[in-house]
Amino acid sequence: MAACSCAPSLRSANFSLPVVALTAIFTGMVLALQSSTGLSRFSADSAVASLVVLSVTRELGPVLAGLMVAGRVGASIAAEIGTMRVTDQIDALSTLSTNPMKYLVAPRLLAGLIAVPLLVVVADILGVLGGFIIATAKLGFSAESYLNNTLTFMQTEDVISGLAKAAVFGVLITLMGCYQGYNSKGGAQGVGAATTSAVVAASVLILAFDYVLTELFFSR
Amino acid sequence: MSGSEGSKTMSASVPKIRLRGVSKSFGDKKVLDGIDLDIETGTSMVVIGGSGSGKSVLIKCILGLIEPDSGTIEIDGKNILTQDRAEREAMRSRIGMLFQNGALFDSLTVWENVAFGLLAQNKCTRAEARPRADTVLAAVGLDATVGDLSPAELSGGMQKRVGLARAIAAQPEILFFDEPTTGLDPIMGAVIDGLIVDCVKKLGSTAIAITHDMLSAQRIGDRAAMLYKGAIVWQGAADTLLNSGNAMVDQFTHGRREGPIQMELRR
Ligand SMILES: Nc1ncnc2c1ncn2[C@@H]1O[C@H](COP(=O)(O)OP(=O)(O)OP(=O)(O)O)[C@@H](O)[C@H]1O
Ligand SMILES: [Mg+2]
Repeated sequence: MAACSCAPSLRSANFSLPVVALTAIFTGMVLALQSSTGLSRFSADSAVASLVVLSVTRELGPVLAGLMVAGRVGASIAAEIGTMRVTDQIDALSTLSTNPMKYLVAPRLLAGLIAVPLLVVVADILGVLGGFIIATAKLGFSAESYLNNTLTFMQTEDVISGLAKAAVFGVLITLMGCYQGYNSKGGAQGVGAATTSAVVAASVLILAFDYVLTELFFSR
Repeated sequence: MSGSEGSKTMSASVPKIRLRGVSKSFGDKKVLDGIDLDIETGTSMVVIGGSGSGKSVLIKCILGLIEPDSGTIEIDGKNILTQDRAEREAMRSRIGMLFQNGALFDSLTVWENVAFGLLAQNKCTRAEARPRADTVLAAVGLDATVGDLSPAELSGGMQKRVGLARAIAAQPEILFFDEPTTGLDPIMGAVIDGLIVDCVKKLGSTAIAITHDMLSAQRIGDRAAMLYKGAIVWQGAADTLLNSGNAMVDQFTHGRREGPIQMELRR
């Protein structure tokens, strides 16, 4: 291959880091705040730490990171491949002995598969950190006991299931971006429509698959 | 008047490209309506016709990029429409195409564009690719420094020449040129025409060129065909284009407003 076409998608996954980081930290903070007001009525203070770490690793980390990445990477993939479609670049690929599907989709799929779980690792850490900041600075928890509680309640399988979700979301995002872009037609307007559809489809699929995967992992 | 043939039956040799009854509609719009065309090995066919008459669609059908609704397209006597994917890909690797709008890969540099087919077909190593790309770029009048630019940094005419370089780099047996000289200055147009003729002669390639430029058509083409309302309405030797004796061709090549061809200017 003349060049690695996964570079742009990896780059845009990298640019998603600040967005995902901010989302995660604020979500962790909100979770701590909300759960303390709700839960303190039932006393159990350890509940805040456990609620934050479980929600973040199981659900909110992967889902929110997935939605953010869908908005950024999914859109950029659809726009890039859509532009290639309407400017005949995809046709040009096939006249140059290259299977456009393999050349365009495969590296992006791989990038999504790897990059989204990595982003979710960061989201998990920052989400917990956000909860920690509010719990210690505002709610008066001791740092030590909060961290202890966090570690006690966090199970490996919570984290792993979250990362597995992230990998699936990564695939969904890239597939939707590629599919919509690949089938776009009608110039700039068509590319715009493809981009919107890619983001919407990926977002809805992420939420639907989140349910399905949760059912698969946790309802036994 | 030497023009209006069509009766000249082809000898026993199989034409390189042979179209029979090729039709294609988009929705209710009939773009190609029973195209019959033969292109002999080592010759070049110029296709002329009004804007929107389906010239680009015709070429894309032969390339297998658009599936015709009916008809047969044979290359070396084999119907490409019934071939499986692997055969089709093998067939395509023997065809070079210059797209009307260049269709350069904008995520790659110019030289990577030119070397793309060579690398994809493993016709050269990565180390050899750059010098080979530079050689082909030089042939289309671009120097090696252009190789490092991205296609977006080029003028329209330069993009066209890079597209041409990319099409001919792997020295394919069959070459398609969709308006190779549109957007070039007259001198560069003549240079590109010369280059196309060279390719066809030196490589022994068979070519189809679409053009609106009669001068260029006569320089490039051995034969010419005119497409109108989805059908080939005339074909003959390219040097008879300007005095074909066919009223439609005459009107077209001389750019007259009055004649059998009515431009649809409504809406
Ligand atoms: N993918 C497509 N979907 C729908 N209609 C198409 C498509 N491609 C081409 N057409 C229609 O087919 C007709 C012929 O298009 P084509 O691009 O072959 O014209 P052309 O002869 O190459 O014209 P020009 O000289 O302007 O390039 C046009 O009316 C166009 O609208
Ligand atoms: Mg055209």
